[in-house]
Amino acid sequence: MESSAQIFQYILSGLANGSIYGIIGFGFAIIFNATGIINFAQGEFVMLGGMVTVFLLSLLQWPLVYCILLAILLTLIVGIIFERLAVNPLKDASPITIVIITIGASIFIRGIAMLVWGKDTYPLPSFSGDTAINLGGATIMPQHLWILGLTCIIIILNRLFFYHTIYGKAMRACSVNPKAAGLAGINVRAMVLISFAISSALGALAGIIIAPLTLTSYDVGIMLGLKGFCAAIIGGMGSGMGAVLGGFVLGILESLGAGLISAGYKDAIAFIVLLAILFFRPGGLLGRSGIERV
Amino acid sequence: MLTVKNVNTFYGQLHALKNVSLHLKKGEIVTLIGANGAGKSTLINTISGLTPPRTGSILLDGFAIEKLPPHRIVELGISQVPEGRQIFNTLSVKENLELGAFLYLRKKGGRRLYEEMVEKIFHLFPVLRERCHQPAGTLSGGEQQMLAIGRALMARPQILLLDEPSMGLAPLIVKEIFSVIHALARQGGTTILLVEQNAKAALRIADRGYVLETGKVIMEGEALELMENKEVKRAYLGRDRKDIWER
Ligand SMILES: Nc1ncnc2c1ncn2[C@@H]1O[C@H](COP(=O)(O)OP(=O)(O)OP(=O)(O)O)[C@@H](O)[C@H]1O
Ligand SMILES: [Mg+2]
Repeated sequence: MESSAQIFQYILSGLANGSIYGIIGFGFAIIFNATGIINFAQGEFVMLGGMVTVFLLSLLQWPLVYCILLAILLTLIVGIIFERLAVNPLKDASPITIVIITIGASIFIRGIAMLVWGKDTYPLPSFSGDTAINLGGATIMPQHLWILGLTCIIIILNRLFFYHTIYGKAMRACSVNPKAAGLAGINVRAMVLISFAISSALGALAGIIIAPLTLTSYDVGIMLGLKGFCAAIIGGMGSGMGAVLGGFVLGILESLGAGLISAGYKDAIAFIVLLAILFFRPGGLLGRSGIERV
Repeated sequence: MLTVKNVNTFYGQLHALKNVSLHLKKGEIVTLIGANGAGKSTLINTISGLTPPRTGSILLDGFAIEKLPPHRIVELGISQVPEGRQIFNTLSVKENLELGAFLYLRKKGGRRLYEEMVEKIFHLFPVLRERCHQPAGTLSGGEQQMLAIGRALMARPQILLLDEPSMGLAPLIVKEIFSVIHALARQGGTTILLVEQNAKAALRIADRGYVLETGKVIMEGEALELMENKEVKRAYLGRDRKDIWER
């Protein structure tokens, strides 16, 4: 029998991992809402966040926080270039064509990363040291607290942006009815660009805050991207809050499964959950039923 | 103030507008009538930049706009109330109106102009004030049409393009909406292009009209003339068809 403290431990670390999946899933949802496409290069933004931070740290020797901010900015610029070069020119291409383009782009970005940084894995220092904190019999790393705290901040900022600024409302309008949004004077293509900027920055942030726990390398984007995609699907593709919730569900199930059954099943659980959701609730947990997206 | 000259618009192979020309003078109400599939929506979408013409020109006060994207055309003062209302269903009524004001709300100090405009819209359609915080999708058809018109007016257009505003609405609501449209032109000086299947009602408030058939303008003239025209009477006014709208 597992002790309740141990279960609590699994849930805590599940929540932390789940936050990461949720933030990545959020990125999927924002682009999906703006364009109706699934951006399979999302995982590469996650990889770039972590790898560029590691790189800047050793190159510039600046304090960690500056390197992080600069890495997010650089990834955001990659996101914008990606949209301009790969997505924007294909004005009337079918969604499936664009999805394939995003897969191609992700392979390209990963290839470049491998050429530049090799196949090694790199560590990133924790933001506040590695002294575990005792919490009711379970231990939690300061980095876990950073992850949970930043996730809360992202949720709040998202809420403020999408519900209390005119640009956020315009992005919601574009996802409900792009034609009417154009007729209201909204530049729909600019909104698509903004969605890529936000998604790439979110992805980078996710990659940076998880790197101290898992190490990072040129190919972390594959698995993290897929987990984020699962989170978005669980939440009902297109619902930002749903993706975060989906991330939590996935993270907790994963860590319980790994702890109680076998660590070998950790990655398989994501796909089992994904299939179960697609089978029993194809609209996702928060999808359909008139609940608003974003 | 708006001149459409020899415009040809295509959907792939389909030639939807064939050498269409039309003009609007300031403060006029012009109606565009025609059967289903005649190309009425295509024409106003072409003006709005949603389906740009392959050839021909569209001049606004002498300035060519036929190659501009929809949001630029709105900026220049041409707003459209699209067919089927196309409101933002999951957003609140207030948010829909804010998005109509997107062009100036994004600028500093735009809030003030917005408050002023939204009061005008509430004055025009008081029911929208009551429904302010409701999701727009929960409004009745008539209320949604009012919201769609309100949203377009928030942009403070000089020219308003309306695509079948009476579609699917009860006669009483149609009457209210038509009297608002009439007042917009007569008191507000807004220029109006009104697409209608309800030709009789449209010709009654219009100054002039155009008749569109399979992508071609087959007739144009003063509203009174068209109303008396045998051809128009036969095809669109239907001698023994009951009046859908009574003044
Ligand atoms: N998006 C589209 N793709 C292809 N063909 C289209 C498209 N929209 C309209 N058409 C075709 O173009 C022609 C003109 O259509 P349009 O919608 O402009 O007619 P309309 O006069 O507005 O008709 P209605 O009274 O039914 O609204 C029709 O033959 C229609 O089938
Ligand atoms: Mg039509």
